Amino acid sequence: MALPTSEVGIISCSGEEIPEGTIALVATRLVLEKLRPDKTVTICLPLFLAGDKNERDFAKVFPTITVDGCEKRCAQIATSNLSGRPAYSIVVTDTAKKHPQVVLKSCERLTEDEMKIAEEVAEEIAAKVDAILKRRSAKTG
Amino acid sequence: MSEDAKVVVIPCSGIGKALGKVSRTATYKVIEEKPKIARTLCLALLTVGDKGAGKLVSDTPCIAIDGCPNQCSAKNILASKGKLLAEVMVTDVLKKNRGLKPQGVIELNEDGLKLAGLVAKEVVDKINGMVE
Repeated sequence: MALPTSEVGIISCSGEEIPEGTIALVATRLVLEKLRPDKTVTICLPLFLAGDKNERDFAKVFPTITVDGCEKRCAQIATSNLSGRPAYSIVVTDTAKKHPQVVLKSCERLTEDEMKIAEEVAEEIAAKVDAILKRRSAKTG
Repeated sequence: MSEDAKVVVIPCSGIGKALGKVSRTATYKVIEEKPKIARTLCLALLTVGDKGAGKLVSDTPCIAIDGCPNQCSAKNILASKGKLLAEVMVTDVLKKNRGLKPQGVIELNEDGLKLAGLVAKEVVDKINGMVE
């Protein structure tokens, strides 16, 4: 199977119970819509169980970055177990720890401070996208 | 969110479509309206086979809110041997309200929020039917 060199898959946990899950979702969408719109694709994580072989092959077709809200790392584990090993794994709590003054509390709509953390996570994802594409470009010449 | 909730509302939260965001927003509206009865659960926990999440959905009636015909929420609940009390399809509610044009995943537009309100009402009606 030929691997595409121009796109990276981003898989978010989107955890509904915790604000960090919403930050993971928003950060992923910021990369898809604004930071690297022509270089990234996504898939709904629960499709690994609910979908068919095409969907489960996602991480075999695309190099992937998982974005998890918490240390349970559902996106990383589900992607590894059901699709393929991610190239990078990002956890929102690691970024949030750098901002102890921000109390994360919104699941439905992020506050201004929470949105800033989402933007920081999005920048981290975008940097990993660039790193993957640079490596692929070097390999393919 | 009540730890002793009588029903677990689980949206698909589909990241690729506005209708996934509608399912997520509708869930939070239901919990806001029924804080002592309804709670949610990270759907991804079911996808990875988390034991605590599996016990919760097998012990407590669940309502799935799905944004598209892939039915990720309902299928993940059933794969975890959960008690699927009902499923609300956002697309079905949209068909009954064809004038609405929901858009946005980071943030829903006004029509998306209206649709989420209608979906939430369907879920609340099902919960009311269950607890009465």
